[in-house]
This record gives sequence, C-alpha cells and structure tokens, in this order.
Amino acid sequence: MIVIFVVLGLMVVSSLWTVMTRSLVRSALGLALTSVILTILMFQLGATMAAVFELSVCAGLITVVFISTISMTKALTHAALLTKTRDRLKRYWYLPALLLVAGAVLAFVLSPLPFEAATPVPAAIDFDALKQMLWKDRQTDLLGQITIIFAGVTGVIVLFKERKGGQE
Amino acid sequence: MTAAFVVFKAYWIFIVLLALAGVYCVVATRNLVRVLIGMELMTKAATLLIVVAGWASGRMALAQALIINLIVVEVVVIAVAAGIVVSLFRKNGSLSTRELDKLKN
Repeated sequence: MIVIFVVLGLMVVSSLWTVMTRSLVRSALGLALTSVILTILMFQLGATMAAVFELSVCAGLITVVFISTISMTKALTHAALLTKTRDRLKRYWYLPALLLVAGAVLAFVLSPLPFEAATPVPAAIDFDALKQMLWKDRQTDLLGQITIIFAGVTGVIVLFKERKGGQE
Repeated sequence: MTAAFVVFKAYWIFIVLLALAGVYCVVATRNLVRVLIGMELMTKAATLLIVVAGWASGRMALAQALIINLIVVEVVVIAVAAGIVVSLFRKNGSLSTRELDKLKN
C-alpha cells in the first residue's frame, strides 16, 4: 500500500514540475514522466492493455509531437527569458500551496464518507473480456475512432499545406 | 476501513490534485504550448479516474476499452492543436495567448 502512495505522490510531484519548470522541453519531458508513472499505476490496477497504449502513445508519440512543436517555434532572447522567469515565479508559486491545501481538504472531507458501496476487485488480466468488449460490444466506438483519426489527419494536412507561391 | 478503501480514497484525492495542476497550468500560463500541456495533465487525471472506476466496479474490460478510445481522441486533438499552434506562431511570431486578438471587433 505504501508503494501506491509513493507512486501517486511521485505523479503529483512530476505534474507540479511539468507546470512549474521554465523550459518548455523540460515541461514536455515532465509530461512524459507523468505518463510513465500513470502507466505503472494502470499496471498495478490490472489495466495492462490500456497501460501499453498509454506508454507507447502518450509517453512516446505525444512527447514527440510536443518536442517537434517546440522546435518549430522560436527561442527567447536571454533578456526576455530573465523577465519571463521573474514573471513566471510570481504566477506559479501559488500552485504547490494550492495542491497542499486541496489535498488536506479532500483527505478531511473524504475520510468519513462510506466508500464501502463500491466493491474493489483484485486486479486480474482478462484479455478475452477486453477483446470481446473492444471488437464486439463497443464496435461503434471503433467507427468513431476511425472517423476522428481521418478528421485529425485531414486537419493536419490542411494546416501544413504549402500554398502555391511556396508560402505556407 | 479496509486497506483497499484507503487506497481507493487516495486515488480520488490524487486524481483531483492532478486535474487541479492541469487547470492551474491552463489558467496561469500565457504560452500556447503550456495550455496544451495543461490539457494533457487534465486528460491524465480523466484516464486515471476511468481506470480506478473500472477497478472499483470490477468492469476493467469496459474501462480499458474507454481508455483506448480516450487515448486515440487525445492524440488527434493534440496533433491538430499543435498544428494550429505552429500556424499561429508563423502568423504572429509569438506563442503568447495575448497575441490572439486578431478577431477582436
């Protein structure tokens, strides 16, 4: 049980670092780290297939998308960076305090609630049940996924399409 | 109270904290890339919420199917949003949300 608390704590710390760090690249890496920690939690809870998706797509592909976006945009000058850092410190120092207060309030509020209504089950890996759910019971979702991917690909093509004069 | 319930409540608290960090990131920043990163953090909280709900109700297969859907939608949204951010940067020369006033009036 202690391990779960430690992993959950690490996840919040990594998300805090993601939000508060100055560099955008570090921020993107912090997001990837949060994804990796989330994957560990998903494995612990028995969502193994979803965990594999999370690790490969969210920690991998999305980080690549973020790093590419950051590399396509201009870096700040040193003077602008210093001004921005001072400004950032003013805006972000509330966040750790806010999370601490929110955590304490939630722990206090949730402690007398009867969560016994829900029945936790031990983590079990049932690939057949997932196959049945994904390919048979929720078949319409797959159609939606294909449509969304098509819309996304079309959107990206339109955004990066070169105009006739060579101008983008 | 059994250990499982303590863990269950701990998940709820940390999910709220994660979502809060994402909301704060979106609200406090003026950088478009950071807005996307904040959105991603909120999505992580939603993902964990679905996993915990599946674990608590014993319907992990359904939870995993929903998470796979969520991840696909998440990737598409981020890819298109990143494209829009790059286009805006090329147009305005800045990633600041304060520059997004071209449609004003």
